[in-house]
Amino acid sequence: MSQYDLIVIGGGPAGYVGAIRAAQLGKKVACIENDRAGGTCLNWGCIPTKALLKNAELYATLKEKAGDFGLSFDNLSYDWSKVIGRSRKVADKLAGGIEFLFKKNKVDYLRGTGALAGTGKVTVTAADGTVATHEAKHVLLATGCRARDLPFLKFDGKRVLGAREAMLMPEQPRELLIIGAGAIGVEFAYFYNAYGTRVTIVEMMDHLLPVEDTEISQALEKSFKKQGIQFHLATKTTAAQVTEAGVELTVEPVKGGAPVTLKGDACLVAVGVGAILPGGTEKLELTERGFVKTNDRYQTNLPGVSAAGDLIGPPWLAHVASFEAIHAVESMFDPQHKSKKVEIFPGCTYCHPEVASIGLTERACKEKGIAYKVGKFPFQASGRALAAAEPEGFVKLIYGEQYGELLGAHIIGAEATELIAEMGLAITLEATHEELENTIHAHPTLSEAIHEATSDAFGHAIHI
Amino acid sequence: MPKYIEMPKLSDTMTEGTLVKWLKKEGDPVAMDESIAEVETDKATMEMQSFDEGILHRILVKEGEAVPLGATLAILLEDGEAPPADGDLPAAKAVAPAAASPAPAEQPASVSAASVTPEAATPASTERVKASPLAKKIARETGVDLTAVSGSGPGGRIIKKDVLAAPTGGAGTAPKAKPAPVALEDRRIPLTGMRRVIAQRLLESKTTIPHFYLHIEVDAAPLMTARQQLNAEAEATGGTKLTVNDFVLRAAVKAAQAVPAVNASFDGDAIIQYGDIHLSVAVAVEQGLVTPVIRGAQHLDLTGLSLAMKSLADKARNKRLTPDEMQGGTITVSNLGAYGIDFFDAIINPPQSMILAVGAIVKKPVVNERDEIVPGLRMNIGLSGDHRVVDGAVGAEYLAALRKYLEQPVLLLL
Repeated sequence: MSQYDLIVIGGGPAGYVGAIRAAQLGKKVACIENDRAGGTCLNWGCIPTKALLKNAELYATLKEKAGDFGLSFDNLSYDWSKVIGRSRKVADKLAGGIEFLFKKNKVDYLRGTGALAGTGKVTVTAADGTVATHEAKHVLLATGCRARDLPFLKFDGKRVLGAREAMLMPEQPRELLIIGAGAIGVEFAYFYNAYGTRVTIVEMMDHLLPVEDTEISQALEKSFKKQGIQFHLATKTTAAQVTEAGVELTVEPVKGGAPVTLKGDACLVAVGVGAILPGGTEKLELTERGFVKTNDRYQTNLPGVSAAGDLIGPPWLAHVASFEAIHAVESMFDPQHKSKKVEIFPGCTYCHPEVASIGLTERACKEKGIAYKVGKFPFQASGRALAAAEPEGFVKLIYGEQYGELLGAHIIGAEATELIAEMGLAITLEATHEELENTIHAHPTLSEAIHEATSDAFGHAIHI
Repeated sequence: MPKYIEMPKLSDTMTEGTLVKWLKKEGDPVAMDESIAEVETDKATMEMQSFDEGILHRILVKEGEAVPLGATLAILLEDGEAPPADGDLPAAKAVAPAAASPAPAEQPASVSAASVTPEAATPASTERVKASPLAKKIARETGVDLTAVSGSGPGGRIIKKDVLAAPTGGAGTAPKAKPAPVALEDRRIPLTGMRRVIAQRLLESKTTIPHFYLHIEVDAAPLMTARQQLNAEAEATGGTKLTVNDFVLRAAVKAAQAVPAVNASFDGDAIIQYGDIHLSVAVAVEQGLVTPVIRGAQHLDLTGLSLAMKSLADKARNKRLTPDEMQGGTITVSNLGAYGIDFFDAIINPPQSMILAVGAIVKKPVVNERDEIVPGLRMNIGLSGDHRVVDGAVGAEYLAALRKYLEQPVLLLL
């Protein structure tokens, strides 16, 4: 038995960041992980999928645009196992990096499954079944979430897939069905379609990426249609049949109408996630949707037990989880710490064209009755975008009518996910359009589109 | 042809206006319908728009100065137009009705550009203030002095929410102590329009209305429990958080429905019994007090009242109340609990016949039903009544109803 100031259960973007932060504060810390350091993000989410998507984009560029660039070659082909293999190598390299960070910060890395065993006690069950008990003044739960399946469509790892299986497919499916058009559904749709799989998406809401600004969703729908991705919007899946040969879905319009049958070799279910709760005798209080309930300082109902990351509810994003963990740990050890809950965060989807956003959508402004102004700039009018052969997409910015503060930014197009950082800074610093307009944006860059969209909102854009 | 901008008639009863703040400087271009100054009438502070376009050539009235209707405030020239000779000023129009000129009038014509120094009202300061661009902009437009605001952002940076929470006047937080001036002279402070209205109306009330006063002390423990539960739920669901005052307002309305005789006015040879309950609520602002009105308050539930109150209080502090929002109340509630006042008597807001004076919730010993002395949470409420309309017994009946609702707050949810 060892005694710690803090034991973190879970080694993902909340857990490892929280553990290292506590170690920086001079605390004795252990981090328990039963799979691989880095959690879903690094091993089964953000990072390996970005590797796959880079492959897909490169392949699609060569396939579709080589001629434009004056390239020609015969027999452009790919090795599927290497496509998947590169993605795994990237994840392995980063997971090793986290273990190094633990060592550097003197965090004890405990392999096994953590469980709460009464106030101040945590057990770790190792893979071989041996159980060790440790004492800790504080416990941070960061066990994350796992993909949810549907009652009539249970994950089987072969035909019915979660994101984790979808990034490990040993063979490329010819036809892939995807239920759910959130970031995961849309990214895999792009990836598989780029390699020639026939992809069909089924989404209950009216648009792809339904949380995004509607105009952005519509632009993505136009682009996906052009790329040959099929999608059924405002459509629910009512039944499924899984056989050795594949999956057959029965879908029908949400508003009522004739059911349609869709067939595929496999079906990716990307309808959301559910919390992974730590084992143990302790009764954690949960929200109505089954996530761990925390207060302003990330404390749960159990004394000495805090929680951060996916398991405390949406948004399920790595960068949000890390932010929460830092505030949870600082709240723990510094009673004066002014804890912050996540309010404004960027959301990114790495299909092509990329989608990135932060702050309020136009829809939300209308619902909240906020007076606003919209400015837009198409990449079609950006020199840099044309030079890079990426004229697709636009920047849409929403400013407050009265004071001109940035309320929301919505970008679709190449590098959108990199461009959004400036918008996050602007919102955090409470910048108004004047600061944006008075900031010289280098020419030629894609970021000029932000400057121009800002000017457009106030009626003096130069280039449109 | 130079154009002369005159003090406009911004409300029916206005006879003069105080130029609170110039929004344009000499030499600035002015578009038609553009706001050029803030003017305080007897009712509210409003923005004054220009009816012409041109260049603001000269400002003739200093900030803070009160002038009669029609007085020339500034001269507007067309671009490139020669300014008029000083003697050509339409001085005749600036002459005030002799008797009604309370402000120690400096003759407008003698005001030179150099003497137009925006002193008291200017929020801009030479001291460097750490504030977000949005906070600065809001402060500029609402007249908040950023040097007096403490910031909650990183490193004490002032952000939007700090400015919104800051008093443009004295309401909300206690006024900061200003360093005493070196020379301790007596000063003659010209009355603002608002101060004059307060003086006139309350003198009239206290001298012509036969006031009588009643007090009750209610058990505030159930109310505090109910508030805590509702606010915990509001926090969890992102709903509206309720103040103690919201409960008091709701109880005042429910009690007035139960005892409608208090919702009335004395009108010479008759009593006007009002149908709707229009609730006036006293709000302390920079230079005094306003009583915005929640109209048809009986139609609003607890949350509705709370939201209406917040919106009116914000408007009051930002001087954005319209005259309509300050007229027609039938009952007034004045709450000094937040200022640590245990109990007080209020002066009736005519032509109403009742005002409630609400004190702070205080922890004190009480004797319970088993004759034991235990700690209790108590709130004192005073009622001032116009005896021509409301008799002591009616007032007592009203307070009994009020007590019932405050001590059984679940009834306020109906």
